[in-house]
Parts: sequence; C-alpha cells; structure tokens
Amino acid sequence: MIGIVDILSGLSIAAGVIALLVGSLGLIRLPDLYSRTHAVGMMDTAGVGFIILGLIIHEGFTLVSVKLALVGIFLFFTSPIATHAVAQVAHRSGLKPLTEDSSEDQS
Amino acid sequence: MMFAVGLAACALALVMALVRAMKGPTAFDRLLAVNATGTIVILGIALHGYVMGRPEFVDISILYAIINFIGTFAVLKLFDSGGLGDRGGRARPDLPPGQDGGA
Repeated sequence: MIGIVDILSGLSIAAGVIALLVGSLGLIRLPDLYSRTHAVGMMDTAGVGFIILGLIIHEGFTLVSVKLALVGIFLFFTSPIATHAVAQVAHRSGLKPLTEDSSEDQS
Repeated sequence: MMFAVGLAACALALVMALVRAMKGPTAFDRLLAVNATGTIVILGIALHGYVMGRPEFVDISILYAIINFIGTFAVLKLFDSGGLGDRGGRARPDLPPGQDGGA
C-alpha cells in the first residue's frame, strides 16, 4: 500500500535528482566559467530545494524536518551568493566571457 | 527505495563535479566545482541518514553547509586581495611585497 505522502515525496525527490544530474552534466559540458555558474546555480536551488522538500514531506512535522528546513533555507540563500561571488571575482581578475568570435573550446 | 536512488544520483553528480574540479582550466572553475561538490555532499548526508534509518545525520548537514559557505568565501577573498584580511595578509595588494603594510 503506497500512500499519498510517499507518492508526493517520491515525485519531489525525483524532480530534485533530475535537476541535480542536469546541473552536474552542464558543469562538465558547458564551454566557459560564466555559463557553468548558470548550471551550478540551478543545481543549488532546484536540486537542493526539491530534495529537501521531499525529505520534509516524508518526515512529517518533527524536529528533524525543522532541521531539514533550516538546511534548505540556508542553502537556498547562500549558494547563489557564493556562485555570484565566484563570477564577480573572476570578472574582476580579468577572465573574459566566451563570445562568438573567440575560440570554441577552452576546456 | 527512492532514497537509495537519490543517493546513487548524488554519487554520479559528485563524480561529474569532481571531473570538472580536476580538469578546470582556471582556478575559478575548480572553486565552482568544489562548491558544487559541497552542496552534493550535503544532500548525500541527508539522504544517507534516511537510507540507513538514522535521520539525525541532518545535524552534520547543517555543519557542512556553513563550512562550505565560509570556505568558498575565504578562498575567494584570498584570490581577490591576496590576504584574508588579518594582519599577516597583504593590506595593499597593488604594492610589491615588503611595502604593502603586511607582516
């Protein structure tokens, strides 16, 4: 017997896993740093958000789910800030973005 | 069942992020990949707690989240200004070493 809670948490974890795999695939395949920050940002918000949400739905209303929500909220705010700071420092230190007339593969 | 699937996907994503951390052409690529690795490890610890039936491992996830954030910003500040802001670092990175106000 599979209840509605299991279905909801399974769907949420599946969505998070898809976002995680797509983001890490983009981290390998995309051509330069500024496009890789896009992939990492999606992995940090969609992947973490959906997986933590699925765990909270599975857990119910306990102390562990409060701690899970704490982890989710913290990562939801700090990971894009870290990604943005990496891109900002790279831009300030003179790393040029990949344009159409520059060389194709630098990886 | 689905927790084990999620843990396997976390392992696969971890391998892909570590590949980028090894072959990244600039140091910022490696830093970005290491930051993503930390995020995947946080999710992996939380899922591993549910696979093993001990959800108390979430406490370690909180600690990893804070250390990941602070560590990324420490390395970025070291790249940007050549010091961590303490007296031993270089206060004036535009001057040559010895005249920059550092120790």
